Amino acid sequence: MRVIKAEQVHDAVVDLVLKAARYLPEDVKTAIRVARNNETTDSAKEILGQLLENADLAKESGLPLCQDTGVGVFYVEIGDEVQVEGNLSDIINEAMKEGYDKGLLRKSLCHPLTRKNTTDNSPAVIHFSHVAGDKLTIKHMAKGGGSENMSRCTMLTPAQGWQGIKEFVVRRMAEAGPNPCPPTIVGVGIGGTFDLAPALAKEALFRPLSAENPDAELAAMEQELLNEINQLGIGPMGLGGATTCLGVKIEMRPCHIASLPLAVNVQCHSSRIKEVTL
Amino acid sequence: MPTYTMTSPLKDEDVAKLRAGDVVKLSGTIYTARDAAHKRLCDMLDNNEELPFALEGAVIYYVGPSPAPDGRPIGSAGPTTSYRMDTYAPRLHSLGVKASVGKGKRSPEVREAMQEHTGVYFGATGGAGALLSQCITDAKVIAFDDLGPEAIRELTVENFPLLVVNDSHGNEQYAKPNFDF
Repeated sequence: MRVIKAEQVHDAVVDLVLKAARYLPEDVKTAIRVARNNETTDSAKEILGQLLENADLAKESGLPLCQDTGVGVFYVEIGDEVQVEGNLSDIINEAMKEGYDKGLLRKSLCHPLTRKNTTDNSPAVIHFSHVAGDKLTIKHMAKGGGSENMSRCTMLTPAQGWQGIKEFVVRRMAEAGPNPCPPTIVGVGIGGTFDLAPALAKEALFRPLSAENPDAELAAMEQELLNEINQLGIGPMGLGGATTCLGVKIEMRPCHIASLPLAVNVQCHSSRIKEVTL
Repeated sequence: MPTYTMTSPLKDEDVAKLRAGDVVKLSGTIYTARDAAHKRLCDMLDNNEELPFALEGAVIYYVGPSPAPDGRPIGSAGPTTSYRMDTYAPRLHSLGVKASVGKGKRSPEVREAMQEHTGVYFGATGGAGALLSQCITDAKVIAFDDLGPEAIRELTVENFPLLVVNDSHGNEQYAKPNFDF
């Protein structure tokens, strides 16, 4: 059994938190650059240009890309031949707190009813899964509230099928309009159970924008949804244009014979994801 | 598109000439407030207490900035989604607030209040918080310090880039989605 020291995990998580908040992934920047060239209106070009300028400024200055530095979300894959010294949840949560403090990131978590801020951005939201091997992979997302608020899940009937899925996803993005800071990236979870579908939708958003779905059937479904969302014409910041969505990412699992669970997790253009394998 | 240079606090005549789609470079003093601060402001109005800033002509920026690094007045400071403040905005417009700055759609009630009281809704680019913060030259907390990022701050801005999304004449700049609801 391979053993990883708590300190090594801690330092890696602090690094993930700082980098995710400050560095827009290169493939997202490329997609915004391409979109700017495709747009024809001044407002769409201007907004996409501001986003590129913002990304450069954040990288140079160390300011976070967006003031909403989000909830610290972690998807953790633990190999069955590796062990971490100490409690992995606690290590990640403590490192997340340190990263938010050190990086001057906004502390955005509060009591749901009193709205009192927890003051250290805790608790992190952590999902664990066990995999084969002796590696530990930690995927981090700083998830903003504006796009999260536009996310939805539903239980379709099996009869509604792919047409029902398309109708729900496209309608959701039409209703969301300018609110989630388009151009967005849309995570779609299909199948599983009532609780698993949204987790799949979020997991889908960890796949880099430029990485195609390895499943050809799902890749074609993603392309179809992307085209339909972009035909809405909502455009950058909702002011009209060709670019409403930069990419659709689907995760799908088998579900009960009576059900068709579906979840849409909306990500704004500021896709702050970063991962490490130890 | 027509571009105006304006200084806050704003007057009725400033707001009345604006049309959806116009660009405004705003300078002067503006105030930050989001969900929790709006609730407290309205509770204070209910209790006839004096508010921490004058509403007459005020511009309210829906933002919860990230902490300021050394040598800067503020951290990243882009707009938050505005609809959450729709519950409170008509009352504030009726008491003299001239403009709000945010992102995303407003309710019919807010749009009506802006027509009735000569108000305007400006959009700023969401997710460009590092860039927008460069237009903020001073920031100080003036109320509700305990709310942290949600405290009310008095900001001094210079040429803050805004787009008129809803004007005081009932026009809106957002694209209507090509979808049969």
